[in-house]
Amino acid sequence: MMLNLTGRKTLQIQTPEGVVFNLTIAGLFTRFLAWIVDGAAIMAATSLITICTAFMTVISHDFANALSVILYAVISVGYGIYTEWRWRGQSWGKRLLRLRVIDASGLKLQLSQIIIRNLLRPVDLLPACYLLGGLFSFWNRRGQRLGDLAANTVVVSIPVSFTINTQSIKEGKYNSFRDYPHLESRLRQRTKPIEAALALDAILRRDEITPEARVELFKDIATHFRGLVPFEEHVDEMIADEQFVRNVVASIYRQNSIRQPKSPNLQHDIPSN
Amino acid sequence: MILDLQQFIATERPRWDELEALLIKIEEDPDHRLTLDQTRRFHYLYDRAAADLLRISTFASSPEILRYLEALVARAYGEIHETRDPRNRFHFWHWFSRQLPQTFRRHLAAFWCSLALTLLGVAFGAGMLHLNPDSKETLLPFSHLQGKPSERVAKEEQNEGESLQGRKAGFAGSLMTHNIRVSLFTLAMGMTYGVGTVVVLFYNGVILGAVSMDYIQDGQTRFLIGWLLPYGSIEIPSVMIAGQAGFVLASALIGSRKRISLLDRLAVVRDDLVTLIGGFSILLVWAGIVEAFFSQYHEPVLPYGVKIGFGLLELVLLCGFLGFSGRGDKSRSESP
Repeated sequence: MMLNLTGRKTLQIQTPEGVVFNLTIAGLFTRFLAWIVDGAAIMAATSLITICTAFMTVISHDFANALSVILYAVISVGYGIYTEWRWRGQSWGKRLLRLRVIDASGLKLQLSQIIIRNLLRPVDLLPACYLLGGLFSFWNRRGQRLGDLAANTVVVSIPVSFTINTQSIKEGKYNSFRDYPHLESRLRQRTKPIEAALALDAILRRDEITPEARVELFKDIATHFRGLVPFEEHVDEMIADEQFVRNVVASIYRQNSIRQPKSPNLQHDIPSN
Repeated sequence: MILDLQQFIATERPRWDELEALLIKIEEDPDHRLTLDQTRRFHYLYDRAAADLLRISTFASSPEILRYLEALVARAYGEIHETRDPRNRFHFWHWFSRQLPQTFRRHLAAFWCSLALTLLGVAFGAGMLHLNPDSKETLLPFSHLQGKPSERVAKEEQNEGESLQGRKAGFAGSLMTHNIRVSLFTLAMGMTYGVGTVVVLFYNGVILGAVSMDYIQDGQTRFLIGWLLPYGSIEIPSVMIAGQAGFVLASALIGSRKRISLLDRLAVVRDDLVTLIGGFSILLVWAGIVEAFFSQYHEPVLPYGVKIGFGLLELVLLCGFLGFSGRGDKSRSESP
């Protein structure tokens, strides 16, 4: 079973170009919430139909009754098929919870896949409240219910857009490490991306941590980086652990910002039409 | 090497935004076709985003951007590498007259299984009721089937088909939706390796057999055939087609073709399942109309001979349609 750093299942896809990407499989609880939203949408639609057909009883009570029965069945079965086809794998509930149904091999979702995953719901619902489908999904490495397995689809989480701000830690403050370019260089060489990201994250989120925990956290991080590159004692002892980590982060991320290069790839950019 | 994220994002984000805008345009309109220049640009943006993803995952650890780029590349990948026939243009008549009967014949063995199980159920239900008439309450746990058949026949003939007066359309709607739901359930139970499908088909057969034996033993055979045949000649085969679809699904799961993977086996039968679902749904709509508007009339209003003749005609037409329609069309093989 493939898990990401947060312990959630992921779907790994490798493109013919050799690029590998992981998509986070939607959790059972999120899918359950989306199902409730969709259930509410279906109820709202059928209530609307009941009201509309009530007016038609003036013309024919029998016809209104037949229309109501048929439309209820069409909506309850067709809702998922129509919305997932129209919105590329999303129903109202999935849109709200930022979920999407995708082909398990990463290709475009086919109408037949949507039909099958929606029409096989009866077996997932057994014996009640998606118990069989939920259990199967829990044990399945791709989080698929039985309908998803037959349709070769998976439900993934859609990531929100991002904002990154490292400006505040990089500029405007004196960094004593800059007096030792060879050590800075060694630091950049030995630091892994995940270590740099962890240190950066600790600084950006420092105000979310209690003062006692903060002291402990920065002490641990600083000890780790001190182990990577031993700075001279008088530099090391003069600054607090948190400032040490700030200097580390500023030194690592300074590398490219002082160069300000224009990417050579841009010269080959195909003009937009 | 650690990537300067801020610089990297500032440089690349306009292209990610452009790719995302293009994807939204394509996704919102499934019929939208890109021009050659747009396609080239789209491919370029995809390549660039894929390269950025590679750089981010190698030289930086920023989960937010990584997830964003992975989702973006995944969407573009799906659009660019899809080679399956999109089948946007659906021609109902071609589908109904050729594709449906061809699909039915392609999985004929599954249909024979379905038929055999139903007949086994019929024999069991009829045999049980014949050997032990007291088992009627158990075999037919429906209040409207508990009375004596001859009394019901007398009542129906006295009503002259007016028992459903003013409720026929609603009754037809209920029959259609109920039967389609039962058929979909029969199909879906194929996911239990066909065990559920076997149970549903056998149980349907038991009820049919018990009801038939009940009427036959009470001397109401003509009424029974006249009542059942007009809608049953379509409805019963439809449920068996649903069972056929269930067995096709089960067969793909079990792996009768060992050389290909489970996912490939399921992919091979997926379109056929959708075709069979469409087929039995249409047939059940017709059966619902006939049951509500035609089968409820008995003698003296409608002679049983006419009803039986109509039912037999439907059965012959259905057999002819499923057995011979689209045979000349060699566009798709009928062999499994």
